[in-house]
Amino acid sequence: MSPIQSLIKDLADQYGRKRESLLPILQGVVEQEKYLSEYSMVEIAREIDIPAAEVYGTATFYSFLEVKKMGRFIIRVCKTITCSMKGKSQVLFAIQDMLKIKIGETTADGRFSLLETNCLGLCHKAPAMLINNEVYTDLTPEKIREIISDYMTK
Amino acid sequence: MATTYQLKRADFVFKNENDWEQVLSSIIRRSPQELINELISSELKGRGGAGFPTGLKWKITSELKADKKYVICNADEGEPGTFKDREILQRVPYKVLTAMAACGYVIGSNEGYIYLRGEYKFLEPELLKVIDEFEYFCKEINLDFKVKIFMGSGAYICGEETALFESMEGKRGEPRNKPPYPSTFGYMGKPTVINNVETLAHAFTIFKYGAKKFYDLGVQYSRGTKLFSVSGDTPKPGIYELELGMSLQDFVYEFGDGDTKAVQVGGASGFLVPRKKFADTAIGYQGKLTGISLPTGGSMMLFNSSRSMFNVLDNYLEFFREESCGQCTPCRVGCQQLLIGIKAVKRGERPATYLDKLLRLTETMQYTAKCGLGQSVANSFSSIVENFREEMIY
Amino acid sequence: MTAKKINITLNGYNLKIDPGTTILDAAKMNNINIPTLCYHKDLCVAGNCRVCVVEVAGQKRLSAACATPVEEGMEILTNSLKVRNSRKHIIELLLAEHNADCTKCYRNGNCELQELASEYKIMTQEFIELVPYKTYTIDMYSPSIIKDDSKCIRCQRCVRTCAELQGVNALTVSHKGDKMKITTFLEKPMNSVVCTNCGQCVNHCPTGALVEKNYIEEVWEAIANPDKHVVVQTAPAVRVGLGEELGFEPGSRTTGKMVAALKRLGFDSVLDTDFTADLTIVEEGTELLTRLKKALVDKDESVKLPMATSCSPGWIKFIEHMYPEYLGNLSTCKSPQQMFGALVKTYYAKARNLEPDKIVSVSIMPCTAKKFEASRPEMLDSGYRDVDYVLTTRELAIMIKQAGLNFMALEDAKFDRLMGESTGAGVIFGATGGVMEAALRTAYEIVTGRDVPFKNLEITPVRGMEGVRETSIKIENPKPEWAFLDGVELKCAVAHGLVNAKKVMDAIQSGQSDFHFVEIMACPGGCLGGGGQPIPTNPEIRQKRAQAIYAEDAAMPIRKSHENPEVQKLYRDFLKEPLGELSHRLLHTKYTRRERF
Repeated sequence: MSPIQSLIKDLADQYGRKRESLLPILQGVVEQEKYLSEYSMVEIAREIDIPAAEVYGTATFYSFLEVKKMGRFIIRVCKTITCSMKGKSQVLFAIQDMLKIKIGETTADGRFSLLETNCLGLCHKAPAMLINNEVYTDLTPEKIREIISDYMTK
Repeated sequence: MATTYQLKRADFVFKNENDWEQVLSSIIRRSPQELINELISSELKGRGGAGFPTGLKWKITSELKADKKYVICNADEGEPGTFKDREILQRVPYKVLTAMAACGYVIGSNEGYIYLRGEYKFLEPELLKVIDEFEYFCKEINLDFKVKIFMGSGAYICGEETALFESMEGKRGEPRNKPPYPSTFGYMGKPTVINNVETLAHAFTIFKYGAKKFYDLGVQYSRGTKLFSVSGDTPKPGIYELELGMSLQDFVYEFGDGDTKAVQVGGASGFLVPRKKFADTAIGYQGKLTGISLPTGGSMMLFNSSRSMFNVLDNYLEFFREESCGQCTPCRVGCQQLLIGIKAVKRGERPATYLDKLLRLTETMQYTAKCGLGQSVANSFSSIVENFREEMIY
Repeated sequence: MTAKKINITLNGYNLKIDPGTTILDAAKMNNINIPTLCYHKDLCVAGNCRVCVVEVAGQKRLSAACATPVEEGMEILTNSLKVRNSRKHIIELLLAEHNADCTKCYRNGNCELQELASEYKIMTQEFIELVPYKTYTIDMYSPSIIKDDSKCIRCQRCVRTCAELQGVNALTVSHKGDKMKITTFLEKPMNSVVCTNCGQCVNHCPTGALVEKNYIEEVWEAIANPDKHVVVQTAPAVRVGLGEELGFEPGSRTTGKMVAALKRLGFDSVLDTDFTADLTIVEEGTELLTRLKKALVDKDESVKLPMATSCSPGWIKFIEHMYPEYLGNLSTCKSPQQMFGALVKTYYAKARNLEPDKIVSVSIMPCTAKKFEASRPEMLDSGYRDVDYVLTTRELAIMIKQAGLNFMALEDAKFDRLMGESTGAGVIFGATGGVMEAALRTAYEIVTGRDVPFKNLEITPVRGMEGVRETSIKIENPKPEWAFLDGVELKCAVAHGLVNAKKVMDAIQSGQSDFHFVEIMACPGGCLGGGGQPIPTNPEIRQKRAQAIYAEDAAMPIRKSHENPEVQKLYRDFLKEPLGELSHRLLHTKYTRRERF
């Protein structure tokens, strides 16, 4: 059994093998793998006995369930109104400048992926972003440099 | 003419009195009917934005016979400019849990879920601890009620209640046809009460202090207090609990930066109010308080004169173009048309009168979209284009 | 018990309606048509296109007629200004999203969106066309189906068809918002997913987003080539569907006109798949009896029962994907189309003194999966591609129109001889339960020497439209060589629509059932409801086609496959005996395990 297979089996043991278990299982795989590979989607389909197309169709509905290979740290910068007003662009420039990647790309070392996202619910502390599940608010280019440098050593 | 309502601050939701155990114990000593009456007489309406009377919701589901019923707390707070639910779950989660248990007791359900948006994943560990503690207490007082967290994964539309059920059932979060409504056919096809986080927090207040205390606040048809998420061009962004019925004028006086040009009430799916209508606009569910009354989930975004309303609208429409579930024609194609339409007018590729064609389209979207969100996505378009037409063209 | 009726007014008229009825149905019953797109009688209600909106008094918002049940006192307006304007907008929106290049579309003339646009006289495109803003995929990899996303209106009829009718789930909805689309697992081409090529998605698509891959030009070219001898075979269900494309009411029997038309199109020989349907029965019936003997007398554990029919290529691909461990249960018989193909380039070529490589073998099928079947790598047993081109009923109708024939006025003609003769048993292959019925007519007689114990040979328990039908026939007083079958209850099951096939297979898998013989057809109603049949196809139309098929059977002078004189001649002159060596080489086949996910 491959590590992903046993991860999926464990998740299915925990959440059940019904259709209602699909989202938690997908989330569990993404938590560890950062994305859903073809292999893991097929294995999930097999494990809970639903069509693979359904797994794909459901996963792609949700912005946080990526089906493209992602880096270890996924940076999601909020692009909705308040964050846009409060300097999201400068934040993005700072990140792009440090990591040398554009939105939607992953660094060559597979460490960082950069994405934009819709409202994070942190509008009073805009601009905001997530790195994996961590929240960062009131961002400035200076703050970005600190945060990203920190992650570079992780 | 405009009546002046002073802003009335309140402090119920976040007041931390550490007495939820007593409140819950006293709740289950009362009859379900008594609790429903309490809620109905408080005139509490849903704080998620739609404003359905909460007591009635509980009542309908309590009267149905079913082998299984569910209580669901809608914490899929995705409306741009809204962040109150996160704060409630962070600061006073036990109030929400207590109200969920009360609802379970009233309708005859022993299973509750909190549908937590994926963006708030960081709340989960702490919340799980509180739930553990809470369930332990329920057991102590012989109340059979369990709460689970169901995590979302980044989809605005899952805040629509039937889309939320679909999502919990492991499917794409596409809203269902209504009827049937959740009260009779909800999660897994079972009778379900689904309430917004804030609604449940207010229900706690009502059960603790009695309906009258709540009813006495606010104005007719819009009783009680409401949490407002204030953001944008304001010196004091944050969450404020205010009595309903306030005039937008007073609100701007308190929260504006002295140069407020417009306020977006109710998030991207709400309405934009220009300065000249501040005095005539009241915040509440219905009734002729002043000129216009606007219901809201509590998002208040302020814009000062440095902001281009075109850019604001562009941002909203981009949001909806991506976050529409995509199943129904008016919302899926309508949002795309509105977005490329304003760009085309701005670039001079379409005449200014094309805006009128798009305004008529927003009516169709309102009349024909499958779900409540689809019906309201065009609100921002119509209110911005009607009030700032010149900014769309030049 | 009837529940109390509900009072409503519809466009001002008072009506009494059964509770639970939708506004759409209530209107239809009262002769008011409400336009629909995502709605289809075969499928669950989606309510997503919003074309069917109507106004209900007292409500600001309009209601989707397909998804809203009537309520007491409802005042409904189906044609108010608000309704008309909204519908018009929705049609315009769909057109803006749709690659409305109608003159270059395969469905031009039979497209529900086009019809609506015409009805509402959408004369200008005021909204901005979205097609140039996006990149679309046109998937042409499948030998059966072309999927053109630029023509998709996202009604999800195909997705519901693939899931609800067929249980295949090759198609799904992916992404959301403006990126929402109909696709497959990881957006792979249709030929590399679990698609069975059944074509039900094609038949249920309101526009040209899903169409069959057509081979009309190739066939015209073959016909025009003087060096080629073009043979055509026609499947049983084609003759009861073709008329619908050419001016006849559903359920019209147009066998004679079809043959006449094919001759006028220039085919050198017009033959009948029903002939090899009869042949299939002889081979498959013998195979079944052989399996029963091995199992019951020889106690051979390796014999697989129940034996399942193998004439439906959609079903074959389905079982290869979904239940590969049961491939041994499939009859090894090729489908009638492929038996025909193998014989045309051997037996027929020899008898007619033709070089096999000069023969072009064309088949007219109610089916898109047959296109795939003909292209399977193992279908070369004649030494050549056994069937060169497969056309659907719809493609044949196009050719007839192109040739300028007045189909309705054609005088009936008869199939050519040598592989043109057939029986009533052959023709009922076109309906669900037909293969079972034909097989029982023959097998029962082989075993007992008597007719099946049903009036007029009509084995009614296996007829009908119930998704799964079970029956058993008790064998009494068999001939001495079949003595071991004395008193045996031959248990049979019939299923149509792959979602029902799944039910039968699951019952077999779980050991709940002990069938000897199962007939499975991929499409609802059997071949008469095939993916290559005229559009629309719906429950009423299938019913009418079925009646036509059974009428065709009743009118045949010979009703039992083994009595087909041409089949008898084939064994005498060429094959020698059922399941003989030559049969095995030409008429039987093997199956391939495929991935389920």
